[in-house]
Amino acid sequence: MDLPVWQQLYADLKDQNFQIIAVAEESRGAESARPWIEQASPDYLCLIDEEHVVAARYGMVNVPQAVWIGEDGRIVRPPETAGSTDHFRRMDLATRTMTPEDQKARLAARIAYMDAVRDWVRTGRHALDANAARTALPDVTAATTAADAHFRLGLWLREAGRTAEGDSHLQEAARLHPESWNIWRQAADLEAVGNSGGAAFWARVRALGDKPYYPPPDLPGFPAPPRPPQ
Amino acid sequence: MVRIVLTESGARDVPDGQGLWLDAADCLAATGWEAKPEGMCRGEICIPLPSAMRRGDAVDVAAFWRLIEAPAVSDSTGTVWSLGVAALERRQALESLVAPDFELPDLAGQPHRLADLRGNKVLLVTWASW
Repeated sequence: MDLPVWQQLYADLKDQNFQIIAVAEESRGAESARPWIEQASPDYLCLIDEEHVVAARYGMVNVPQAVWIGEDGRIVRPPETAGSTDHFRRMDLATRTMTPEDQKARLAARIAYMDAVRDWVRTGRHALDANAARTALPDVTAATTAADAHFRLGLWLREAGRTAEGDSHLQEAARLHPESWNIWRQAADLEAVGNSGGAAFWARVRALGDKPYYPPPDLPGFPAPPRPPQ
Repeated sequence: MVRIVLTESGARDVPDGQGLWLDAADCLAATGWEAKPEGMCRGEICIPLPSAMRRGDAVDVAAFWRLIEAPAVSDSTGTVWSLGVAALERRQALESLVAPDFELPDLAGQPHRLADLRGNKVLLVTWASW
């Protein structure tokens, strides 16, 4: 989890008119997020988003994704991968380990992202102008907004004890918005804790082929994603 | 049986009835849209309402939702409705580049709003336990 990493960043920058909001996309509720938050004991805001409202409003499709917001409340970088990379796709699944080179590259990307945030907070660098920010906005379509409506209905039905019918709406949401790992993985986790990272997850990741799971942000220090295993 | 309308603003009970026909007061409370003689109004916007979608004081909200090209989906019994946001409205909100506001609770249940941080640079980042 990334919460301790953001704490380090916040400790460096909190006297510079800088705030972090970490939003837990957590349909199981606050108690599922609590252990991680308490362990990181963050000074920044950690909020619980059971219905994935933030993802819906900003067009976010995975975690961690981040949006940079300027002092005037305007988006200066639309949603993008917040420091994670695709090296995990090449890990040895039997031992759950990555090669030393991949571990190093992964850490370097994380540091590059943190450095870019520091740079932005201190100097304003890396903030996109309005045209570039608009160009980088995610796609919002009739299908993705319908997915959000089915997602909300599915959560309500599950909460009401109508699990099977609720799951059918969560699956419909995932079908309507196939790029949203948030929807698919949350639905899998609701079926059973751990399902979001199980065999079906890895099959879905393999099905990406040459497409990235974590598209690298257009920031200094981010090379093209590593080649996925063949 | 009471009907339930789900929106981003929460869940609201409305009295039993056919489909998602709601009287004007329930419609306003559940959806934020007000039925007026000139049509359905929200803020500055008024959209003419076809006569088939109005019966006296009642409005066919599901049909109106389709008219504005927003998603309206219901459960198998037609008593729980989830009313989403039109893609165009979402897109226009994002294209304004004004960061969409939200209010969410922290672990203690205390609500916080993004807008309260105005004047700061904000890194808004998502994570999950799953």
